[in-house]
Amino acid sequence: MSVLVFVEVGEGKIRKTSLEAVAYANALEAGEVVAVALGSIEAAELSSVGKYGATKVLHVTDARLDKPVIQVYASVLTKAMQDENADILVLANSSLGTPVAAKVAIKTNASFVSNVVDVPNTANGFVVKRSIYTGKAFSFVELKNQKKVLALKKNAAEAKEISGAITVTPYAISLNEADFNTTTTAIEKATGDILLPEAEIVVSGGRGLKGPEHWGILEDLAKALHAGTGCSKPVSDLGWRPHHEHVGQTGVKVAPQLYIAVGISGAIQHLAGVNSSKVIVVINKDADAPFFKAADYGIVGDAFDILPKLTAAVKASH
Amino acid sequence: MKILVCISHVPDTTSKINFTENGTKFDTTGVQFIIGPYDDYALARAIELKEAIPGTLVTVINIGPAETESTIRKALAIGADDAIRVNADPTDSFFVASQIAEHAKGYDLILMGRESIDYNGGVVHAMVGELLGIPSLSPVMKLEIDGSKVKMEREIEGGHENVEANLPLVAGCQEPIAEWKIPNMRGIMSARTKPLKVVEPKAVDKTVVVQKFELPPAKGAIRMISADNVAELVTLLKTEAKVL
Ligand SMILES: Cc1cc2nc3c(=O)[nH]c(=O)nc-3n(C[C@H](O)[C@H](O)[C@H](O)COP(=O)(O)OP(=O)(O)OC[C@H]3O[C@@H](n4cnc5c(N)ncnc54)[C@H](O)[C@@H]3O)c2cc1C
Ligand SMILES: Nc1ncnc2c1ncn2[C@@H]1O[C@H](COP(=O)(O)O)[C@@H](O)[C@H]1O
Repeated sequence: MSVLVFVEVGEGKIRKTSLEAVAYANALEAGEVVAVALGSIEAAELSSVGKYGATKVLHVTDARLDKPVIQVYASVLTKAMQDENADILVLANSSLGTPVAAKVAIKTNASFVSNVVDVPNTANGFVVKRSIYTGKAFSFVELKNQKKVLALKKNAAEAKEISGAITVTPYAISLNEADFNTTTTAIEKATGDILLPEAEIVVSGGRGLKGPEHWGILEDLAKALHAGTGCSKPVSDLGWRPHHEHVGQTGVKVAPQLYIAVGISGAIQHLAGVNSSKVIVVINKDADAPFFKAADYGIVGDAFDILPKLTAAVKASH
Repeated sequence: MKILVCISHVPDTTSKINFTENGTKFDTTGVQFIIGPYDDYALARAIELKEAIPGTLVTVINIGPAETESTIRKALAIGADDAIRVNADPTDSFFVASQIAEHAKGYDLILMGRESIDYNGGVVHAMVGELLGIPSLSPVMKLEIDGSKVKMEREIEGGHENVEANLPLVAGCQEPIAEWKIPNMRGIMSARTKPLKVVEPKAVDKTVVVQKFELPPAKGAIRMISADNVAELVTLLKTEAKVL
C-alpha cells in the first residue's frame, strides 16, 4: 500500500506547498510515500522530495504536460493511484491541484475533502479538520470511502527535512487525446516575485497609500523582508495593483507567518483573507481602524512616515 | 444558447459565524443570506450574454431547503428566466455536484462561482465537469463566446492564463468577469411569476460526513508601539513573536 502525492512544479522548482503535502503524506503513516511530478523538471530538484519523506518519484516527462491541462493531469494521477496500489492521494490546494483532486476523486470513487488544515485523526474512522466560512470556522469531516483524496491548505503540515533515500523513476503512460479538452494560448506570470499564496511574510497596502505612485515605499519594506506584496480590493479595483495581489474574501487567502497591513481599514471581507496569518501587524493613522482589533502589533501613524523608518529598522537588524 | 447558473445561498460576508447544539448546527440567528458573491458574478455574466446573444435563456439552480427561495427569487429579479430548486440540504460538494449534473444536460454553458463562501470547496465546477464529461475551468476572470468556442482568462498563482475550450463547458467565475447587478423594481415584480420548479434530489451515496464545527481560538490582546519607536516593532517581531 502506498500514499500518492502530486507535487506541483513552478518555475522549475517544486512548490513549497507541495513539499508540505509530501510531509503530510509521510505523517499519515499509511504506507510508502510516492510522489508524482508532471512535465519538465530537473532530476536533482525532483529528488529533493526525498528529504520530506517520499521514497519514490514517478516522473512523466511528456512536454505536453508543461502547460497544465486539468483533465490530463487527473487521468494521469488516477492511473498512478491504480498502478501504485494507493488508497490515498494528497496534494496542495491550488488553481491546478484542487480541480485535479476533485476529478480524481470522482474517477476513483474516493471521499474528497479540500481546504484541509491538519493531519487526520484516525482513532475512530478517518477524520480531517478543514477550514470553512472563509477562515471564520472549522469543520471535522469523516471520509467514509476506502479511497481518499485530500487537498491541503497552506501549513496543514510542516515541511520538515528528514533524511531518506529516494529513487526517481520515469513513468511511461500514454496520454489520452480526448483529455486535452482545453488549450492554454498564453500564460502571463509575474516572474521573480514571491508567490502570494506561499509567502511567509506579506506586506499589504490599502487605499490609505493614496495612489499607485506611492507603492515604492511599500515595496522597499517588502524587499527588505523578502516578503510578497498584497493589497485590498479597492486598490486592485482601481488598477493601482494587479488583480492577483488582491487579498481577502473575494481574492487571495494568505497564510503567512507575518502579515503587515498598511493603510487598510480592516473590513471583515479583507480579514477573511488574512485570518490564517500567524502574526498580524497593522499600521494605520486612525486609532479606531477596525483592523487593530484583529492585530497582534499596531502602530498608529502615517504610512508615509512609518514605512521608510520601518524599512530602515529592518535593514539595520540584519 | 442555454445557460445554467448555479447559485449558493450563503451568509452575508459580514456575518458573525456561530454554532449551536454542541457545535453541530449552524446558528442562523441574525444572519442575512445572500447569493454567493462569486455566484453573483456568474449570474451577472450570464445576463450580459443573454442581452448580447438573442434567444439566450438563463436558468438558475440551487440545491437547498425551502428557505433558499428568497435568494432564488432575487436571481430571477436580476434577470434569470426560470429556476430549479433541488429540495435537499447541500451537505457536501459531491452531493451538490451530482444534483447539478442531473439537471445540467442540454445546457451549453454552466456558470458557477469560483467557490462558495460557506463551504469554500472550490470544486463543484470541476466535479460537474467530470460528471458530465465536459471541460471545466476556474477561476475565470473573462469569458467571451466565439461561435462554439469559449475564450477565457483564468487566474493562476501569481498571474493569469488565456485558455480556450469548446461548448458545452463549466466555468467557475470571479471578478472582473462582470459587474454585480442589482435588481430593479420591474425585475422584482416579474420575478414573482417566473417559473420556479422544485424537484426532489437524486439518491447519492454519502462519501463524507461532517461530525462537528469549531470556532478558531480568540485573538490575544494587541500590543501598541509608538510611532516614534518603530525599531521596537522589529525587535518584538524577532524576539517575542519570532517571525523574523
Ligand atoms: C462582497 C464583498 C466582498 C469584498 N471582498 C473584499 C476582499 O476580498 N478584500 C478586500 O480588501 N476588500 C473586500 N471588500 C471591500 C471591503 O468591504 C472594504 O471596502 C475594503 O477592504 C476597504 O479597503 P481599504 O481598507 O484599502 O480602504 P478604506 O476602507 O478606504 O481604508 C483606508 C484606510 O487607510 C487609512 N489611512 C488613510 N491614510 C493613511 C495614511 N497616510 N497612513 C496610514 N493609514 C492611512 C484610513 O484610516 C483607513 O483605515 C469586499 C466587499 C464586499 C461587499
Ligand atoms: N447548494 C448549492 N446550490 C447550487 N449551486 C451551488 C451550491 N453550492 C455550491 N454551488 C456552486 O458551486 C460553486 C463552487 O462551490 P464550492 O465547490 O462549494 O466552493 C459555487 O460558487 C456555486 O456556484
